[in-house]
Amino acid sequence: MAEPKKTYDTLSVAITGSGGAGAMTTGGLLLDTAAKAGWYGLQTRSVGPQIRGGEAAALLRFSTQPVEIHGTFFDLLVALDWLNFKSFAAEIRLTPQSIVIRDPASGDLPEAVVASGAKIVDLPIKALAAETEGGRINMVALGIAAGILGLSQEIMAALIDERLGSKGEKAVSASLACTMTGYKSVEAPGIKMPLTPSSRTGDKHWIITGNEAVGLGAVRGGIKFAAAYPITPATEILEWLSSVFSDIGGTLVQAEDELASINMIIGASYGGVPALTATSGPGFALMTESIGLATAAEVPIVVVDVMRGGPSTGIPTKSEQSDLNIAVYGLHGDAPHVVVAPISIADCLFTAQWAVHLAEAMQVPAVVLSDQFLGQARAVVDRPDNLAFFAKRQTVTKSAKDYNRYALTANGVSPMALPGMEDCQYTADGLEHSPRGSPSTRAEDHLSQLDKRQKKLDDFDFGQHWADIDGEGDVAILTWGSSTSTVVEAAKMVRAEGIDVRTIAVRLLAPCQPEQMAEALEGVDKLLVVEQSHSGQFLKYLKAHYDLPTKVATLHRAGPLAIDASEIYAEIKKGLGA
Amino acid sequence: MNVQAEIPYKASAYKSDLKPVWCPGCGDYHVLLSMSKALAELQRKPEEVAVVSGIGCSSRMPAYLNCYGFHGVHGRALPLATGLKVARPDLTVLVAGGDGDGFSIGGNHFLHACRRNIDLTYIVMDNRVYGMTKGQPSPTTEPDWDSALSPGGTGLSPFHPLVIALASGANFVARAFSGEVNRTAEILVEAIEHPGFSFVQILSPCVTFRPEQRNWKDMIHPAPVGETDDPGRAARRIMTDDNFNIGILYRGTRRPYDTKSNQNPKALDQLDTGFAI
Repeated sequence: MAEPKKTYDTLSVAITGSGGAGAMTTGGLLLDTAAKAGWYGLQTRSVGPQIRGGEAAALLRFSTQPVEIHGTFFDLLVALDWLNFKSFAAEIRLTPQSIVIRDPASGDLPEAVVASGAKIVDLPIKALAAETEGGRINMVALGIAAGILGLSQEIMAALIDERLGSKGEKAVSASLACTMTGYKSVEAPGIKMPLTPSSRTGDKHWIITGNEAVGLGAVRGGIKFAAAYPITPATEILEWLSSVFSDIGGTLVQAEDELASINMIIGASYGGVPALTATSGPGFALMTESIGLATAAEVPIVVVDVMRGGPSTGIPTKSEQSDLNIAVYGLHGDAPHVVVAPISIADCLFTAQWAVHLAEAMQVPAVVLSDQFLGQARAVVDRPDNLAFFAKRQTVTKSAKDYNRYALTANGVSPMALPGMEDCQYTADGLEHSPRGSPSTRAEDHLSQLDKRQKKLDDFDFGQHWADIDGEGDVAILTWGSSTSTVVEAAKMVRAEGIDVRTIAVRLLAPCQPEQMAEALEGVDKLLVVEQSHSGQFLKYLKAHYDLPTKVATLHRAGPLAIDASEIYAEIKKGLGA
Repeated sequence: MNVQAEIPYKASAYKSDLKPVWCPGCGDYHVLLSMSKALAELQRKPEEVAVVSGIGCSSRMPAYLNCYGFHGVHGRALPLATGLKVARPDLTVLVAGGDGDGFSIGGNHFLHACRRNIDLTYIVMDNRVYGMTKGQPSPTTEPDWDSALSPGGTGLSPFHPLVIALASGANFVARAFSGEVNRTAEILVEAIEHPGFSFVQILSPCVTFRPEQRNWKDMIHPAPVGETDDPGRAARRIMTDDNFNIGILYRGTRRPYDTKSNQNPKALDQLDTGFAI
């Protein structure tokens, strides 16, 4: 009896080339083909700062199960050329089991590739492309990768037809010819790494980026106004909102800077229209003074910070979780506000929609801490459930004399009069004020308004959404944001050995939830904290606000090198004395 | 319709019961009066008017008016007002502030508000000094004005707000003097009614830190020639004037920013179709 052919439940593929070679297009079409054929997958890009002509790598992972992180190693590398390979060699780790497709015409192999011991397969990519008039090497590469993975030619051809149709019939037929050439070229050397047939069925799946998911969550939550100042890696949120606002009756204004964009959303929200802006670290830093204004004047706003390497300009195109401090502590004075963080690409939708709901319900600023990885990664996800969160602001519905905008109420939230409401005119103010809204320097007004603003958050029921908790046992991993997917994968590895491990992914960073955390940590005596920050901001934050077990280990590292599931696995095993 | 709305509003209907923090003799008292008179002339309902400001003596204005108000942070009144007006085009939105707030810390917003040409009226009470922080030179202060922060003067040429407004695309440019309450109110009426971004510089003396500005009442004079819709002519005139001629200096015809949003929106549940595989 013939031995059954080996198939792969998950495969990691990198396609690299100098900017303009088309590696990203190849990666996108490859992911779409696999998605249509029923697999889950993930695509990220590793790019340099150049607008064109730099380096580009499409990093992909395919799987029969949902995946939101890359594997430790890459199984297949298709190199269109080696021109700038060293810029991202550290992110594409190879093993002797990896296969590297190279064109002998593109010169010597980089040292890192040689050192890995990966199997090198020569395919004349350029020459194969030249067989077709107007042929492009990236389309040959697409065929090669699809052939090795055993993806359907028909699905791929239909996608090319659909995506490149606007470029004309000639371009489509040249691309099709190139992919077929590439597809066939892997038959003779017999390089196959077929994916295990996927059992994913039905139409309940999306292919989406975290930035798009944030945008969708925001408008589903009720956002109807956005102010925009472009910044990497947040711009796509604003562009997506711009593209849908014309359909749903919203408005977007491009601001002159972030000082303006934050104030524009405060102005719009003061007028009664739920409003959002999106930015990254440098823009967020500029906005902090006015986020304090929104806190003091009690104007609900949502600010999305898609974190990147910092400080200062840092690494705009790479991910890091290092804006936790500024988001939680960056406002001057005692300024209670909400900070939430999505824990997966699909969760960007939930968290953004929740943030709108929280901001509007408590009349506070809500900061959403996403990051470059979540924001720009494109993944096949199970379609998230529809959520009931919608902007529900307590407003004045009937004109009333002697209206007190900042009245001291039982839960701190006081009904907001919107301009147009007769007899309720008031002045929203960043100055400390009386319940009426008149500027006040009196100690009792300051204290009672501080208490009021704090109470709004203290008394609010955040429910179970403050964190995602999974598993049992006396060992726990505590994490947040995009590190969560890695922790989840590591926990699976540990549990596969019959060892219990608890995972706690915090979605609500401010206000803190000490009671819920205590409950989540009950019975835990060893804790591992995982985050992507050089100084361990999350660990320090946890130590400041929560009672932690006595044995706390930490795994933290600056971006852009992601913490790997195998490192967490090793740390857990070490902690257990294994 | 509300019965009360049928009764004409008097100027006093637009004033709140708060006592201003301004010094006795401050020009801003007169500007408050002019604004009230202008709103009464226009018979805008107080609840349909919003007055937005930043920080400084004159930025205290919103609380002294019986309209909706927003007293924001230093320099950001214009973007605050921009967001409000775009979200709520039904409101009359006035922006009030001083020379430091508008031309120094808020300078960039001034340029872009002029350029964007949203239907706002920007009233700058210019007294050529930071008053609230007790007497420092502002962008419109004379180069030789002595102060503790800049002994002997800054040595810098003053900023020319009207020309900059014009060059940046403001649709209406005027200068007024706080002491002329009725004339200022007339100019404000024209400014509020003019579509697009209207900029009114009101010379408003600071009698505490610039007592010599008491003489402004003798220095001002009506603009020698009438208004124009030609920005080139307006620019030449403003550049060569003595900073004391009063009146509407430019009234442009540029189309204001379109604040209308789609009134027949699609359902939210159609938005995710693009993500389906």
